[in-house]
Amino acid sequence: MTYIAKPKFHHPGIKTNALGFTHRDYEGKISTLCAGCGHDSITASIIEACFELSIEPHRVAKISGIGCSSKTPDYFLGNSHGFNSVHGRMPSVLTGANLANRELIYLGVSGDGDSASIGFGQFAHAIRRGVNMTYVVENNGVYGLTKGQFSATADRGSKSKKGITNTDNAIDLVGIALQLGATYVARSFSGDKKQLVPIIAGAIQHKGAAFIDVVSPCIAFNNHAGSTKSYDYVREHNDAVNRLDVFTGRDPITVDYAPGTVQIVEQHDGSRLALRKIDADYDPHDRLGAMTFLQKHAAQGQIVTGLLYVDPDSEDLHSHLNTVEQPLNRLEAADLCPGSTALDKINASLR
Amino acid sequence: MKPTDISAPDYFHKVVDCQWACPAHTPVPEYIRLIAEGRYSDAYMINWKSNVFPGILGRTCDRPCEPACRRGRVEDSPVAICRLKRVAADFKDDVKQRMPRPVPKNGKRIALVGGGPASLTVARDLAPLGYQCTVFDADPQPGGMMRSQIPKFRLPDSVVDEETDYILKLGVEFKGGHRIDSLKELLADKYDAVFIGSGAPRGRELDVPGRKEAAANVHIGIEWLASVSFGHTDKIGKRVIVLGGGNTAMDCCRTARRLGGTDVKVIVRSGFEEMKASPWEKDDAMHEDIPILNYLVPVAFNHDNGKLTGVTFQKVRAEYDAKGRRNLVPSGEPDQTFACDDVLVAVGQENAFPWIEPDCGIEFDKWHMPVVDPKTFASTNPKVFFGGDAAFGPKNIIWAVAHGHDAALSIHRMLSGEDIAERPLPEVHVTSQKMGIHEWSYDNDISPDQRYKVPHRDKVVALKDIRAEVELGYDVKLALGEAHRCLNCDVQTVFSNTLCIECDACVDICPMDCITFTQNGEEADIRQRLKAPSPHPDQSLYVSSDLKTGRVMVKDEDVCLHCGLCAERCPTGAWDMQKYFIEMTHAGNACPSKRRSAA
Repeated sequence: MTYIAKPKFHHPGIKTNALGFTHRDYEGKISTLCAGCGHDSITASIIEACFELSIEPHRVAKISGIGCSSKTPDYFLGNSHGFNSVHGRMPSVLTGANLANRELIYLGVSGDGDSASIGFGQFAHAIRRGVNMTYVVENNGVYGLTKGQFSATADRGSKSKKGITNTDNAIDLVGIALQLGATYVARSFSGDKKQLVPIIAGAIQHKGAAFIDVVSPCIAFNNHAGSTKSYDYVREHNDAVNRLDVFTGRDPITVDYAPGTVQIVEQHDGSRLALRKIDADYDPHDRLGAMTFLQKHAAQGQIVTGLLYVDPDSEDLHSHLNTVEQPLNRLEAADLCPGSTALDKINASLR
Repeated sequence: MKPTDISAPDYFHKVVDCQWACPAHTPVPEYIRLIAEGRYSDAYMINWKSNVFPGILGRTCDRPCEPACRRGRVEDSPVAICRLKRVAADFKDDVKQRMPRPVPKNGKRIALVGGGPASLTVARDLAPLGYQCTVFDADPQPGGMMRSQIPKFRLPDSVVDEETDYILKLGVEFKGGHRIDSLKELLADKYDAVFIGSGAPRGRELDVPGRKEAAANVHIGIEWLASVSFGHTDKIGKRVIVLGGGNTAMDCCRTARRLGGTDVKVIVRSGFEEMKASPWEKDDAMHEDIPILNYLVPVAFNHDNGKLTGVTFQKVRAEYDAKGRRNLVPSGEPDQTFACDDVLVAVGQENAFPWIEPDCGIEFDKWHMPVVDPKTFASTNPKVFFGGDAAFGPKNIIWAVAHGHDAALSIHRMLSGEDIAERPLPEVHVTSQKMGIHEWSYDNDISPDQRYKVPHRDKVVALKDIRAEVELGYDVKLALGEAHRCLNCDVQTVFSNTLCIECDACVDICPMDCITFTQNGEEADIRQRLKAPSPHPDQSLYVSSDLKTGRVMVKDEDVCLHCGLCAERCPTGAWDMQKYFIEMTHAGNACPSKRRSAA
């Protein structure tokens, strides 16, 4: 890690957003991860997305588990709420927090160990329930904190730094998320911020379970020849199906697209996603098609990236459960105790 | 864009804005680091080598380095480079033992006309090589305008004595009180080379009605200052008007305040902002209760029986033509008259060479200035060189020093039988500053910190004694604080494209958003695509050759803090922080040309 704090100086011509903040205002502490870690680029992308969306930092709760990836919330949004939970338990803590206060923006940050091994079940249930969140997996295929053993997302046949070949099958978190009903599913690469930043911005604006799998090379233990999650390998095998531009409610869409190449997806909050198609046959509204497409390309050794599936009419856990609109901490005694008449009525209905 | 050639000595030199802006190219960050380490003598010697008069310049320099300072682009004000130079001079130990020793003479004789900064620099460079240098000056003591025109409350005699003495002790002969009246006679003395550093000794006249009649109370600024300096003048009227807006005018008004002027004002033709005086000199004058009135053009000296009574001014305003040139046009308001007892005219200086005969082989141009090669400082007479104000008109001390170095190199090359037009390249050292994974041999922890003020003597005390120095200089603690503001721009970010894996770590960590990985293109186009705006196109872009993805790394040097975080966060060492040190080519330290012949 770096000994000095990042200097407070910023570029004299730095941009400000609608709130008057600069992207520097969305930073956290200086990273203690290894130099060159893909996770730091994801951190930078989250900072950029929150800056672009002019999000008030106090409206964000960032929740993580354990691992290199789960350390990163310390490095962005230094003025937001945060909860660094138990290994693999981020989804439960996030679900609980979300149920208690639906007004915050929930950012779940996890890794391949945290979500595909110890927290696999937790991951599955949070997605299944449609918790309104942005669930980011910083996926490097190894346990970086314990010297680089294969994780559950390491591809079969890929080689460890010491030359050992992985004989286990890999868990494809994107495939699982699609199967379990996530309403916004994307995969991206930490080395491609142009693709990643709008994907994160779109996920933050999405209502429902948004899942992003970000391939993020581990510079210390998984960036060698034979790895399928190295900078070079991902760049060579990256098969992007589309490019995303995000427009918040106010902004007009001003980008010029060739006719027929762009698909506009309107989300519930009025924000629009403009998807520039790269693969003409790819339909991001077809869950089944997406799953097939992913499997087919994975078999060919391709890493499919882009916004893979989005349901514009998505719902979340609160609408399923018909919960109260107000955050629980703002409910008064009168709301919580409707009085003996109401209790009698309920009791009567159960007799 | 083509990949940047960092092996060209100028590329990194330009990044060190202060050093690049300094006519003598003083290695500023290097000596500021030495000051921070408390190595004042070392800091002094680095200065002494490049600018010859650290103590004098640390008080009086025009500071071209400070407007260029990168700190001024990331914070309100630049590093107080000039006053740090004074710190080196104030706190150094005895440096006499570090000075070059007199060497046996090589038999070549050089005559130097004028004992000011240009001539003394030439002598400083040539004497240690064995040349027999003789400096002639009309004044009894060496120093030229540094001694005669700069008031003692800004530059005490002791400092001038010390620093001119270092040079004379190198075995330079000084002939004080010896005015050269004929170049022909001097040339007849069979000197091997003559250097003319006689300055711009004539104050410009202001020819308006009443000038002659009121002559007893109308003084030419530089002559009056010299007269005060040498103790011939010790009083002035109570009400004084200073005409002119340059640094000489500021010296005049402040001197007048000390000689009995209680109502002293400066009146200038131009606007306040366009005045030639350095902003800090204007501040110092105003601090001494001297108002500066602008847009007033003097039209008449009023007098009564040969006694000056006041000056009448026409009011003007500035108008700009299509080309942006300023014209002062009458505003139409009635003329204004200020009563006064004395007027000091400081409206500029002129060169005068009445002592150079037309048949000396020296050509003059239509402005009566000698034709001088701007690189070699040779005149049309191959044996005669010019430098300082005598070469290209009034500038300042640091320019005179720079001219002196170049002229000395020419003289040395000429007398060694080498082509003077050929200028050997400077010597450049580039050394990695890496000490450990996250340790550098310089202080890279940059934090916001405003410029430290130099303590001044109490005004009441200062105004009573014309020899009491107003600025007291930084103490050790203030100097350390100010030294820490330096961004170490000479510690360069050096990029190696073969090592880069394009992980973006440097882009993400850079506090100033200096680094962009993008497709190559034309410079103007790339400047539009940088991560942060690029408001200073004069600042270089550092462009790598093609990377694996076909993109290039582009770094805008403009506001880089040289904090080294890019190098700290780089996993492959593609970025390194390397200290760039350039030794300008002076006489003696340059490699001899291959064609060198026995002269």
